[in-house]
Amino acid sequence: MTMRFVDEFRDPAVITRTCEEIRRLADPARHYRIMEVCGGHTHAIYRFGLKDLLPPNLELIHGPGCPVCVLPMGRIDDGLLLAQDPDVIFTAFGDMMRVPGTQGSPLEHKAKGVDVRIVYSPTDALKLARANPTKRVLFFAIGFETTAPSTALTLMRAKAEGIRNFSVFCNHVTIIPAIRAILDSPDMRLDAFIGPGHVSTVIGCRPYEWIARDEHRPIVIAGFEPLDLLQSVVMLLRQLKDGRAAVENQYTRVVPWEGNRAALRAMAEVFELRPYFEWRGLGFISQSALRIREEYAAWDTEKVFQVPGVRVTDPKAAQCGEVLKGVLRPVQCKLFGRECTPERPVGALMVSSEGSCAAYYNYEHRKATSPRRIEAPV
Amino acid sequence: MCLAIPGKIVELAPDMPHLGVVEVSGVRRRVDLGLLQDDMPRPGDWVLVHVGFAMSKISEQEAAEQMRMLRMLGEDAAAMDEIRGYSE
Amino acid sequence: MAHGAGGKATRRLIDGLFVPLLFDQPPEHLGDAAHVAMDGTRVALTTDCFVVTPLAFPGGSIGELAVNGTMNDLAVSGARATALVATFVLEAGLPAAVLEAEVRAMGRAAVAAGVRVVGGDTKVVEHGKLDRLYITTSGIGSVLPGVTLAPGAVRPGDKVLLSGPIGDHGITILLARGELDLEASLRSDTRSVFPLVEAIVSAAAPALRWMRDPTRGGVATALNELALDCGLGIHLFEDRIPVRDEVRGACELLGLDPLHIANEGQFLAVVAAEYANRALDALRAAPGGAEAALIGEIREEPAATVLGTTPYGGTRVIDMLVGDPLPRIC
Repeated sequence: MTMRFVDEFRDPAVITRTCEEIRRLADPARHYRIMEVCGGHTHAIYRFGLKDLLPPNLELIHGPGCPVCVLPMGRIDDGLLLAQDPDVIFTAFGDMMRVPGTQGSPLEHKAKGVDVRIVYSPTDALKLARANPTKRVLFFAIGFETTAPSTALTLMRAKAEGIRNFSVFCNHVTIIPAIRAILDSPDMRLDAFIGPGHVSTVIGCRPYEWIARDEHRPIVIAGFEPLDLLQSVVMLLRQLKDGRAAVENQYTRVVPWEGNRAALRAMAEVFELRPYFEWRGLGFISQSALRIREEYAAWDTEKVFQVPGVRVTDPKAAQCGEVLKGVLRPVQCKLFGRECTPERPVGALMVSSEGSCAAYYNYEHRKATSPRRIEAPV
Repeated sequence: MCLAIPGKIVELAPDMPHLGVVEVSGVRRRVDLGLLQDDMPRPGDWVLVHVGFAMSKISEQEAAEQMRMLRMLGEDAAAMDEIRGYSE
Repeated sequence: MAHGAGGKATRRLIDGLFVPLLFDQPPEHLGDAAHVAMDGTRVALTTDCFVVTPLAFPGGSIGELAVNGTMNDLAVSGARATALVATFVLEAGLPAAVLEAEVRAMGRAAVAAGVRVVGGDTKVVEHGKLDRLYITTSGIGSVLPGVTLAPGAVRPGDKVLLSGPIGDHGITILLARGELDLEASLRSDTRSVFPLVEAIVSAAAPALRWMRDPTRGGVATALNELALDCGLGIHLFEDRIPVRDEVRGACELLGLDPLHIANEGQFLAVVAAEYANRALDALRAAPGGAEAALIGEIREEPAATVLGTTPYGGTRVIDMLVGDPLPRIC
């Protein structure tokens, strides 16, 4: 059985032809720097080995769209401090489980007996609250606009049902300020963007218009299969060749130009923008993160509990910020592969499987021919 | 932020209008349809699933059109090569 | 906790602690079973511990895992199991019916696998000191004639064979825990692989270099261990790896890689190229081997690395697990 809407976009013959078109379009005299904003795209690029298929003068730079990577360590510490209470059930997506706080990761706390549980959906956390009325369920929410509407709707359901032992620790962030921070960065030289496909199912394509209009960079909203990404590169190269800069939607089978109104309504009902929020590696960015509105205060972890508000500064040697902004490649960070590995991550880019450092480490850096042949006994 | 998978709606819960069951390659999961309340999917529709919520309906038409355009890429190129061949 | 998951952390625990302290000289390589010279013959010996939750799941239960797991450790070391002993460690308060069910399951599995259970022990610990029931099994067997297996015997050009679809067991267990609200008609693949091992040995003994059953940590971990031991590169043809639709669907939904998921009824074999087709045919002709596949080959480069390749030319490094596979949303 093929997986519909997946396998067609992995057709080897069509992939080969699309790569030929890329080679035809790429001007050998130019060095292209194209940033894929979204961590899911970073993961897909490595998982499908797409870099092998691109011409050498086309460089893909990994952007900051990894919600785990940009989460300040202090927020994890805050969440885990609350989890120490034996009446609290700490829930989070699998992605969070190995992220280290200063006192260890959620998984390490779980091994010591703290009630930490992985959920696939915020509704699963709400279900736990219904099933455990004497416990207080805390949902550690992360994600960009793809995920925020689901948290919003879950909070609306909690309120409608009067479930009082459920709260959300909200770390949702928004993508546009992150892109602005990249373009404002003086060290950056970028030709174009591959835009986040799933965030755009919610926010639509309009929010990116300033990138084309004011910053004169083409941006193509892309899907996540190999052909989606490769077709997006074709579309970007065509724009660059013609000297155009526009927002284009490659992922039309899923992304509506106007976005998802119901999702945006849910977000507006439950969330408001924080005046500023700290992004790990990028510093404080204004109007870039969501917090829960007053009407939902009874379900806001930061109102229901005393949240310590721990602030943790990253070790100076870790160059996460520069790698996040695409200024440095993972291998160029002094700690990469030495003090900082997926097993012992120093920075969050090494913990999340879509963080550029982890993705590069896990999928790529051992490909180079190495002289490490171990002499085996004959 | 980004892991979302196409799945087919196979069931709607009659007593809970915002819940459905989606099937992905034979695996079933209950899915919240609340984000698609402006244009509710029906059994047989394909949706994009992320953290237990349906985010968007998948347009079979757009998917087919995209594949058609992609397949044409090679044909255009082959035609161009042939034409170039005449003038050399 | 990561140390028991079968990947990098487990290996460090073994290499760093157990080997230097317990072994009088470092073993040539750490296989699934040890071959010991005794009275002029070579005897295969293995031990394993089973701590699965839930105890029973579609396709089997802890009792069957205990028998088949030990059978398989002996089989992939090139040995026919002769006898097993088992220890049951019980949590006080475990219902007698549960224990009886597992003992019966073990008995049935032993009969199906053609091995005798010749002894055992039982201990009860205080309620709360362990999770219901753990079983350790040890097995002894005779080495099959004409079989010498070692990572050092692997050569560039050799082929990698896999006995059947991967991921069934691990995904079944994940779904059986009920935390992720997924439903699928999947069953654990727990079985004795000895009949298949016997088939491949009959067909290709002189060319058989190495075998392993990919349990915790999956195919990725087993092949990474081989790559590290022999120093060569292992190229996997990703589109040829058999995976059931439901396993694929669950993995796509949860963001898991089937190559990291545990199996309890499959094994990998490395065979010299000239014998590969013969070996594959023998597997496919044996009962339960219909889905066997040739999934990869050994090359010089990249050294000590497992590389996944796609039909369109993309490549990616396939690494060992760090800890258990975790669902992700990003």
